[in-house]
Amino acid sequence: MSAVEPRVDPAAKPPSAWARLRESDVFHSFVSTPSAMIAAAFTVIAILACFAAPLIAPFNPFDPAQISLWDGKLPPAWVEGGQAQYVLGTDNQGRDMLSTILYGGRLSIIVGMAAVGLGMVLGVGLGVIAGYVGGALDAVIMRIADVQLTIPGILLAILINGIGRAFLPPEIREEFAIYVVIIAIGLTDWPQFARVARGATLVEAQKEYVQAARVIGLPGWLIMLRHILPNTLRPVLVIATIGLALAVIAEATLSFLGQGIPPTTPSLGTLIRVGNEYLFSGLWWITLFPAIALVVLVFAVNLLGDWMRDALNPKLR
Amino acid sequence: MSGDGDLPPVMLPSGRTLREPAARAEAKAPAAPPLLELRGLSVEFPTRRGTVEAARNINLVVNAGEVVGLVGESGAGKSTIGNAVIDLLERPGRVSAGSVRFEGEEIRGRTEAEMRRIRGDRIGMIFQDPQTSLNPLMTIGDQLAETIAKTTGLRGPAALARAAELLQQVGIGEARARLKSWPHEFSGGMRQRVVIALALAGDPDLIIADEPTTALDVSIQAQILDLIKALCRERKLGVIIVTHDIGVIAEIADRVAVMYRGEIVEEGPVAQILGAPRHEYTKSLIAAVPRADRKLHRFASVDYIEGGASAARRIDIANHWLGRSESPKGTGVAVEIEHLNLSFVLQKALLKKNRRMLKAVNDVSLTIREGETFGLVGESGSGKSTVARLLAGLYRPDSGMIRVLGQDVVTNPRAPEARRARRALQMIFQDPYSSLNSRMKVLDIVAEPIRFYRTTGSEEETRRVVADLLDHVGLGAAAALRYPHEFSGGQRQRISIARALASRPRILICDEPTSALDVSVQATILNLLKDLQEELGLTMLFISHDLPVIRQMCDRVAVMRHGAICETAETEQLFAAPQHDYSKHLLGLMPSMELLGPTGL
Repeated sequence: MSAVEPRVDPAAKPPSAWARLRESDVFHSFVSTPSAMIAAAFTVIAILACFAAPLIAPFNPFDPAQISLWDGKLPPAWVEGGQAQYVLGTDNQGRDMLSTILYGGRLSIIVGMAAVGLGMVLGVGLGVIAGYVGGALDAVIMRIADVQLTIPGILLAILINGIGRAFLPPEIREEFAIYVVIIAIGLTDWPQFARVARGATLVEAQKEYVQAARVIGLPGWLIMLRHILPNTLRPVLVIATIGLALAVIAEATLSFLGQGIPPTTPSLGTLIRVGNEYLFSGLWWITLFPAIALVVLVFAVNLLGDWMRDALNPKLR
Repeated sequence: MSGDGDLPPVMLPSGRTLREPAARAEAKAPAAPPLLELRGLSVEFPTRRGTVEAARNINLVVNAGEVVGLVGESGAGKSTIGNAVIDLLERPGRVSAGSVRFEGEEIRGRTEAEMRRIRGDRIGMIFQDPQTSLNPLMTIGDQLAETIAKTTGLRGPAALARAAELLQQVGIGEARARLKSWPHEFSGGMRQRVVIALALAGDPDLIIADEPTTALDVSIQAQILDLIKALCRERKLGVIIVTHDIGVIAEIADRVAVMYRGEIVEEGPVAQILGAPRHEYTKSLIAAVPRADRKLHRFASVDYIEGGASAARRIDIANHWLGRSESPKGTGVAVEIEHLNLSFVLQKALLKKNRRMLKAVNDVSLTIREGETFGLVGESGSGKSTVARLLAGLYRPDSGMIRVLGQDVVTNPRAPEARRARRALQMIFQDPYSSLNSRMKVLDIVAEPIRFYRTTGSEEETRRVVADLLDHVGLGAAAALRYPHEFSGGQRQRISIARALASRPRILICDEPTSALDVSVQATILNLLKDLQEELGLTMLFISHDLPVIRQMCDRVAVMRHGAICETAETEQLFAAPQHDYSKHLLGLMPSMELLGPTGL
């Protein structure tokens, strides 16, 4: 079946960006996939809630003036002995669980996004260069990626994290822990992005618009930046979304193992670890609620990534 | 001409036919209904942006022993009709009205099981691309035997024997030995023969061929068309041939129906439709067909189709930005190519003797004079596009010399003089869909060379120049703010041309610029190229596999085969008296256009 070609009147007013989005197949796929909409809603609410933590959280868990050890280890409000002001109870230091989860979630999301951003910039950059230049450079970059992929990601992250901490002077170690974690997870992430970006680059570089740019005489870096990079971003976006979920988990794992964010400014992973110590003394809420928050966040982001992979893949449409 | 005249005796497939010849004779009796009769057939495709009527109120009759052509441009709905007859419409398409009568019986609304029996057994299909219509993981024999088993019930050695017989009938020699071959061992033309054999396996009465030769070279096209014609005559088959190519219709069809936007606008004997068309659309369609028999200055008015192209606004070249080229002045010779060689490695190996190389360009020498249009013609794989890419600097030659406007661009391609010479040379590509970056606005696409080389004084001037260029190629300045995907193939090719002009080239390489376009759009693009050449005094290297197009466009032509040039001659001389054997062969394969009248010349 020959498709009906678009025939536009060039003189007509071009549609606005919003109108283009409304008309796009991706938008249509989104509004006709309930799971994607629910996942997006959860993701957006979770991210907004975490970033608005200072505004909406009932307490500031980092403000010693608001913490009272007398209120420590209180159960959730609906359990006997709970207090109405601490909806989800308090932890061992008397911090409100709900506030701590919101602040901790914010930290987890920031670390995840920054780590994915680092991995993406590194991986996509190297992948596009490898794919476009080819030859020995391609072989070297991709073999490094292959070797790194044979090592389990979390082990590598622990290793990089450990080395990073060892190089920091002890007095600033706590303060810079978050950056070390970001670098550790980001460096673990990049081969995925490199592979996807290289594959897409190989396809795009064959296309005639790239040849046209070469005939114009544009230098290689400009062709990569302006022509190839924008056209490889679709699959990269999918990887990045799923990668965000994985990075949040990686951060939680590191923190749970005591290698990540220190308990003074807890992330979700740190909260779960701290709560874990009290689990057998019956203080289940300290570990359960952060865990639920983590699972919901990761699940929603993952679901969104799954939908994106299908919607952005022209072969499945 | 219904094919009922004196014909060679019907070649019967070894007596194992399911229906006896008597039954066929009966079906042809005057009182009998036609083989296939479509009455008021409509097909619609419901989409989320409303229902598209792909075909409206189609009436068509096919008799046994007759080839009916269904001709139209892309989106006209011609393939849809073929698919609707055998109930193979792509989802969510459906037949919304009308009847399909096959040998007098209504076959519309049959169950899938019944339709499957009709397909293959009574109606055979031949699809466009022989690469994808055969299963690469099955031998030719197995594929044929499978179809034979389904349609006739023959199994094992009997089915293989029948398969060999079918291969023989479609002109494949040593058929028994070939049964064990794999599809990849066959050339495109051979594969299409196998596809035809598959269509014949059930001994059908009707064959629907959807663009059966579009993916093939001209020499193979002629063979396949002859084969279909012979089979039609010998076996009293009805054939519907769906094509966009008037040449194919002129070659093979007895009757032809012309489709335009889902409707049959005109139908009749092929001589009448092509020689004296009545409908305006048919007239402009035929006027747009490049003629091999005479050279025209321009294609006659073909406005019926691409209404979107506004009349190009003339600009004063002498005083305009476009006329102030910075490229070096030539010496009467635009391009000189001497003893150019390029090999591709087909199979890598450490030792040189184990490598398998393909000589894509083999000792090619040619000279393109300033201001002329030089044609390169040849079949696919002849190396003509490789020569263009070497000239454009996309590949580096193994050996040989290229001089652009007198400047050597091979020895030191990064030297400033070489770069400046190369800038005077721009290229227009074949595929209008992949030759524009879909993430950039038309403004940014066209402005890219201007901005990169800073050939205007300000961004404001750049925008004005882009608007002028878009006006000049007939798109209108408003197109600048849109994205490429909003445009049709012909419109995109205009954007490509505007982008090439933005470098203010002296030499334009056109690599099959219209072979992905409909014939009417092709005519408008070729007209545009001719106009531009006259105004700007461009030198053109025009590459095509299509001899009639070459004749319309070129002053001189080189014929290429297997990477080497066979013959270089003035166009008129080549068409009148070809010297090389291969040129004679190629010219002999052109579909004859004798039937085409002087309409619109």
